[in-house]
Amino acid sequence: MNTWVYIDHFNGQPTPASWEALGLAKTLGPATALVFGQNVAALAKTALEYGADTVLLADDPALAVFSPEAFTSTLAALVSDSAPALILFPTTSRTRELAAMLSIDLASGVLVDVTGLEVLDGQVVATRPVYEGKLLEKTTCAARPQLVTLRARAFPRPAPSAGRAGEIQTVPAQADGSVVVEGFVSGQAGVSLSDAGVVVSGGRGVSSDPAEGFRLVAELASVLGGAVGASRAAVDEGYIPYANQVGQTGKVVSPDLYIAAGISGAIQHMSGMRSSKVIVAINKDPDAPIFQSAQYGVVGDLFTMIPALSEAFKKKLGKS
Amino acid sequence: MKIVVCIKQTPDSEAKLTAQDGQPSWGDAPLVINPFDEYAVEGALQQKEAVDASVTALCIGPDSARDALKHALAMGADEAILVSDPALDALDSAGAARVLAAAIQKIGDAGLAFFGRQTIDNGTGLVPAQVARVLGWPLLSLVGQMTLADAEIKVERTIEEGKQTAHASYPAVLSIMQGVGEPRYPSFMGIRKAGKAEIPVWTLADLGLEAPAQIVRRAELLNPPARDTKCEIISGGSPAEIAEALAEKILAEKIL
Repeated sequence: MNTWVYIDHFNGQPTPASWEALGLAKTLGPATALVFGQNVAALAKTALEYGADTVLLADDPALAVFSPEAFTSTLAALVSDSAPALILFPTTSRTRELAAMLSIDLASGVLVDVTGLEVLDGQVVATRPVYEGKLLEKTTCAARPQLVTLRARAFPRPAPSAGRAGEIQTVPAQADGSVVVEGFVSGQAGVSLSDAGVVVSGGRGVSSDPAEGFRLVAELASVLGGAVGASRAAVDEGYIPYANQVGQTGKVVSPDLYIAAGISGAIQHMSGMRSSKVIVAINKDPDAPIFQSAQYGVVGDLFTMIPALSEAFKKKLGKS
Repeated sequence: MKIVVCIKQTPDSEAKLTAQDGQPSWGDAPLVINPFDEYAVEGALQQKEAVDASVTALCIGPDSARDALKHALAMGADEAILVSDPALDALDSAGAARVLAAAIQKIGDAGLAFFGRQTIDNGTGLVPAQVARVLGWPLLSLVGQMTLADAEIKVERTIEEGKQTAHASYPAVLSIMQGVGEPRYPSFMGIRKAGKAEIPVWTLADLGLEAPAQIVRRAELLNPPARDTKCEIISGGSPAEIAEALAEKILAEKIL
């Protein structure tokens, strides 16, 4: 099956899950990457290195800033020329809007935030979490092209092969000026929560000294090459920005390792991290519900346990 | 001008969900207004004075979904409309978007349509963008702060990489985030008013629509594989010794 893969990026920086989508496409047959933006020729080359056989490149000032309207019209025009049966996207806030609008233009449907996928006679059967991850559904799209967005880290990321070549075909951009972007202020630098292999989160347990608590949490995250998360309680108290919130009203993460420090484990928090491979809980309260979902637990104070854990990992990972 | 707030009724986020014979079951947990949609109602109520607007809550659902609309009325919405039709039992998000778009047009004088970021049941988060595309209105998504003026809406959006400021003209579709502030509690007077409110019910015929084709279908609903929930508590020794033992265990998982 010939699959198109939309390469999501921000100012030319690709979302790593774009490569996961490309890797999945390659298991189904030939893959065409779609690269839209301005000054993104380098990204088209990277897509070839990650396995794309062909790239459709729309490099145009009209696409300098992501606009769901302009990007939808650009993509929809390509679909009318040829007809892929499947278009894959990594799930981000941008691609959710792009795929949504595309489903209207193409009279098709979107399978969102997919964590498992099989293809039977050209028909995708996608598995995705529903009810905040409390249940799973298998779902299908009766129209073509089937639009599927993949949850970050749900599919393996292929290794790039440097210098791999392929055809880059330039395609026209469509403009849309209905929304004017005035400015942008960058969030914190560091590993993105959705793409992180390790997440260390702090909660209400830091309350006796929030600044120090999150400094310790960040230090452990840094030792493990991971990202910093937080419970809603910690965000509501103003200990840490909303961008770090994991849970129902924050971000959904699925790292290999999730360390919850001083987080009781409310159901709304669990719905944001329940798909983590290994969950470790550190909490003073032996009855905290978080222990019911954790593989490993320590009943203790995060202000002593987190730095001790940082030291232990520094030693074992040869970082001291 | 009217600000239309599109809401949905969902099981409470505390509810324990199970799949039973392919259907979701939430036991005796209550059905509530989708928590994300409360932010949309809050945002609309904050802005109504600025543009001399009234707020209309709009919901597709069965008769029981009146309770979600009454919650919006009790928070301060001026009117509520329920779209209900047996032919709408199997709707996908694009179908819901087409029905909502037709209802927004029927309401008339709607300059803005507000949505929550996503629902907590199917959680696709597609509908705001789909409604915008059906109506041909610009989409301002993931909005925390906003300033509404006569000709223009300015917003601050929260995206993965940071905060973006943008503007568009009316009419427009907005999806509203937590940055708008905590949703207000219904007042006593609001609850009394909502209790007495007449909620008109519109059918597909009222909207001049055929039932939209269901393109996305659920083939199966499953309980997630049970986690090995036995928690191994690491104890004994000094914090350094416990940390050492825990680090060993984590490294043995070969995930780092």
